Amino acid sequence: MTAATLPAQHTERRVPPLGGFNLTFLGLELRRMLRNRRTMVFVIVMPVVFYLLFGRKGATIVGTSLNYRTFEMVSLALYGAMTACVSGGSMVAVERALGWSRQLRLTPLRPVAYVSIKILTAMTLGLVPIALLFVFGALQGVRLPAHEWILCALAVAVGSLVFATLGLFMGYLLPSENVMQFLGPILGVLAFLGGVFIPVNVLSPSLVTVAKFMPVYGVNQLAHAPLGTGLGWEVFANIAIWLAIFVGGSALLFRRDTRRV
Amino acid sequence: MSCDIRDQRICALATVAATIDRMTLTPTEQASMLAVDLRGVTKRFGPVTAVDNLTLAIEQGEIVAFLGPNGAGKTSTIDMMLGLSRPNAGSVAVYGRRPADAIARGEIAAVMQTGGLLKDLTVAETVRLTSTLFPHTRPTAEVLERAGIAGIADRLVGKCSGGEQQRLRFALALLADPLLMVLDEPTTGMDVEGRRDFWAAIRQDARRGRTVMFATHYLEEADSYADRIVLIRQGRIVADGTTAEIKAMASGRMVRATLPDADRSAIASLAGVESVELRGDTVLVRAKDSDGVARYLLSQTRARDLEITADNLEDAFIALTGDDADDYERSSR
Repeated sequence: MTAATLPAQHTERRVPPLGGFNLTFLGLELRRMLRNRRTMVFVIVMPVVFYLLFGRKGATIVGTSLNYRTFEMVSLALYGAMTACVSGGSMVAVERALGWSRQLRLTPLRPVAYVSIKILTAMTLGLVPIALLFVFGALQGVRLPAHEWILCALAVAVGSLVFATLGLFMGYLLPSENVMQFLGPILGVLAFLGGVFIPVNVLSPSLVTVAKFMPVYGVNQLAHAPLGTGLGWEVFANIAIWLAIFVGGSALLFRRDTRRV
Repeated sequence: MSCDIRDQRICALATVAATIDRMTLTPTEQASMLAVDLRGVTKRFGPVTAVDNLTLAIEQGEIVAFLGPNGAGKTSTIDMMLGLSRPNAGSVAVYGRRPADAIARGEIAAVMQTGGLLKDLTVAETVRLTSTLFPHTRPTAEVLERAGIAGIADRLVGKCSGGEQQRLRFALALLADPLLMVLDEPTTGMDVEGRRDFWAAIRQDARRGRTVMFATHYLEEADSYADRIVLIRQGRIVADGTTAEIKAMASGRMVRATLPDADRSAIASLAGVESVELRGDTVLVRAKDSDGVARYLLSQTRARDLEITADNLEDAFIALTGDDADDYERSSR
């Protein structure tokens, strides 16, 4: 036992800057995610394997000048980033189940700082599949002008915010320790219906209407837009509305969660 | 504060000045401030009143044991002290602040009985992460050392035993060097040696001025380590005092003797007798004045094999918190 000095005086005590937000916290959160093998399979192995299996065709997509090799590279980067973000956001479910959220409420950490760290961790992890898929794409012979590489990557990375908030919403909605087992297949279906795996215009017209209302549709269109697939107002409306729903829903559930009954 | 100064800016300035005034207390004012000040606190959950008009003052540097049966309102009271829930009525102050403000400055730390740890971080990482949330902390190495877990710093929390996890929770509570430490069943899962080390560390802290409040099921722990015991039942304090006072309050001693055909009503009419029980030829008398009962039995009856035993704290606990304990209700310090 080490002898220590008296506790700091009452009046010397201060609250932490930025509500407790800091980069060490962010780094440790990232390390936790990288330790989770199941998440790593979903985020890194699956998108790469899918790409190597299905994305190799050089054929042009009907109605566009785009080939599958390029389309699927961006699509699967988006799928990986999406899975990373939903996993990251939904970590709050585990932390609630373990009582970690309650423990954090006994520290000076502000809820806004906590949620920001969750979202940033998720989006940072999302950069890994994007980088990986673009490297594999280049190796498979994808050739694009520099600004298209950058804009595509940026659109996927920034658009993933929608999925980080989706994960957060699910994390506060589901009181389980293994949310991802449940969310993984749902994400697959959502991605399919949002036109991630197969372009929407290849699907039947009735499905196009459905696709436009899917949470993945907006970001998917945005991600492919730099390749010349077109961008309408409904893309931005889709992104804005879903973002509002997930952020609002999370805030509502967070309040319910912290109000002890 | 009431403000009848016309100029809004002057009014605002006056408010700020008053706030600064509160923050810069003189050493005497700081020393006389209560660590915990609960006044008329009531907490209801629907039709159930968990905490019922409870008033409790804890001085700086006291070690207080909080005892009571399950559902007595211990956790509800602790939650309000920690700012996790708000009372329906009454006021809660910790070192003169609202609990949430005290938490934001690292003045309160709590050790929970279970949970509150991430399985996929190592012991050292958990401490390091928590330390980033406070503006000033003790060094990670010192805290690990004091909690006795420096040797397992690189182990994943999920691979630690219950006792090791409990030491980690203690290490986290030490980090911010809090003024008040609240412990809920702190030694659950610890072996005897671990429990002794743990309490040695706690006592050392309290000597340095840290206030400690703990809830426990181990009555002997309350007996050996607390300066003061607060017994709570149905949301009210039923007894509050030193261990010796609590034992005395629950009526002290039991006189036991062998006496065939004992005259129950004669014994019951003696001064200070609380109960008389006959078990065959054995008579059991609970009394405040055990000497008087013994004198009577030995001189006025044919009683033999007489024994006088003092109640232990467990008997006091049962007497004060059991269903037939209404006589003791509202006893004060």
